[in-house]
Amino acid sequence: MDYIPSIGLEVHVQLRTRSKLFCGCGTRYGAEPNSQVCPVCLGYPGTLPVVNREAVRLTVVTGLMVGSEISPYSKFDRKSYFYPDMPKNFQISQYDRPLCLGGAVAIDVEGASRPIPLKRIHLEEDTAKNTHFEGFSGVDFNRAGVPLMEIVSEPEMHSPEEAFAFLQALKEILLYAGVSDCNLEQGNVRCDVNCSVRPAGSKALGVKTEIKNRNTFREVLHALRHEIARQVGVLEAGGAVGQETLRWDVAAGVTVGMRSKEYAHDYRYFPEPDLLPVALPRAWVEDWRAALPEPPRARRARLAREYGLPEYDAGVLTADPRSADFFEAAARLSPNPKAVSNWIMTEMQRLLAERSLAPSDARITPRALADLVALVDGGTLGSTGAREVFAVLFAEGGDPARIVAERGMAQVSDAGEMGALADRVIAENEAAAADYRKGKQAALQRLVGQVMRLSGGRANPRVVAGLLRERLK
Amino acid sequence: MTSEEGRGADAAAIDVAYVARLARIDLTPEEQARFQRQLDEVVAYVRKIREPDTSGIEPTAHAVAVRNVFRDDAPRPGLDRGEVMANAPAVVQGLFRVPQIVE
Repeated sequence: MDYIPSIGLEVHVQLRTRSKLFCGCGTRYGAEPNSQVCPVCLGYPGTLPVVNREAVRLTVVTGLMVGSEISPYSKFDRKSYFYPDMPKNFQISQYDRPLCLGGAVAIDVEGASRPIPLKRIHLEEDTAKNTHFEGFSGVDFNRAGVPLMEIVSEPEMHSPEEAFAFLQALKEILLYAGVSDCNLEQGNVRCDVNCSVRPAGSKALGVKTEIKNRNTFREVLHALRHEIARQVGVLEAGGAVGQETLRWDVAAGVTVGMRSKEYAHDYRYFPEPDLLPVALPRAWVEDWRAALPEPPRARRARLAREYGLPEYDAGVLTADPRSADFFEAAARLSPNPKAVSNWIMTEMQRLLAERSLAPSDARITPRALADLVALVDGGTLGSTGAREVFAVLFAEGGDPARIVAERGMAQVSDAGEMGALADRVIAENEAAAADYRKGKQAALQRLVGQVMRLSGGRANPRVVAGLLRERLK
Repeated sequence: MTSEEGRGADAAAIDVAYVARLARIDLTPEEQARFQRQLDEVVAYVRKIREPDTSGIEPTAHAVAVRNVFRDDAPRPGLDRGEVMANAPAVVQGLFRVPQIVE
């Protein structure tokens, strides 16, 4: 029998603010444990939270990017639970009046585009970070109170690949809107996954399980593949899937039940009396809407159209708005946008990945890249030399023409100098020369290689091949 | 979130045994009975608030008619670490040491 999975995601995104959601403590990652805390985020009695306006703005901007309705009236609620990472014994979140309702994220799977509808987007505070030791745990409150935006999708993804595509599309939108750094290694994006399966043809959704707290998209993909197969196996064997919360064991590649489920959750939501409701003035929302950036999908289509790029190039370049910005700045200065795109997609991405750098860390300027393309197109630089110059520009910056001049890297096309080398190579390689004269084309390449070697790699191989052919007629 | 998660706020009475379990507080049977009696009295007293006719009055989440109180996103120094950790029962590598947390 065929089974249809239904997958819903709850994505927690750390917003890009300088201070926490309800107090002025900093949000810098990697600070000494418990060094960015105060009585508010430590949950001391008698303290009062005050909402960070920027966190509200970033949440609303996200909602506007995905077409949510912005609530005219929103409030905060207490979500009660008892855990060492939450010293107040409640988390300030939003229950029935989130900042944003509805909206959708469009995904592309197997060539077709489909909007995945969203339920809501709300704002809440992060909890402290737990570290586990043998027999005890340690708690660092630096993360407690950091603003988290929770984006909840409808359960309308039907394969692990669609869930993966959703997360990638969402990340692009968040990066474009500048609302989060989306640094997965630093846990900026964490994901709870709901999943059920039902027999094809059946209308009612199956019993769902929840997989908690995944922080890479690959983990979501792998956990879902495993969990869907597990649920189908249970149903095929005549069993029933139990509603439970699971943990993905990365090392073992299996989902396991979480023991905390022994206590059924009863969050006892109620309005946070220490915070006042939010009723955003229309003018603010309209100002924010007017300042929205071009969405990634629109930009992808525009890059393909305006610069004549293949869809593939446009997709790679727009995955990170900083790459797309760099491309556009360079392409506007160059008559050959495709060559500019090639450099960014290959050498630049490779060097950035090798050194774990962000596009803004590279020293090369758009002007320098455009000039480099011109040097190649004009025949001054060959491909090997160009890569060398690019590496220098990437690490140190500078002007490509000057680098070429300083290092004597310009290709030599001068017939006199190259002709002398060609004569010498023919004299020293009689066998190869004879082979070529007998019609062996491959022999010519050997001779070209020799001339290149003697020129220290500076010879223009096309010119050399022509000179050799002339001499071997 | 499901509807039963929010039921506590609307429950007519307080189930002390249940709440104690959620809060991980061990109560003796005598304490449980005493708190149950006391809390029932408190709830009965507060229940007076149901007497006025509130039909036609819009529910509110707050007693103060003020909205949109925000602060600027400006970081400022928090507490000194020594002061922070002074209240910790035990410290390990700069962290609050707590009983093992199980997932």
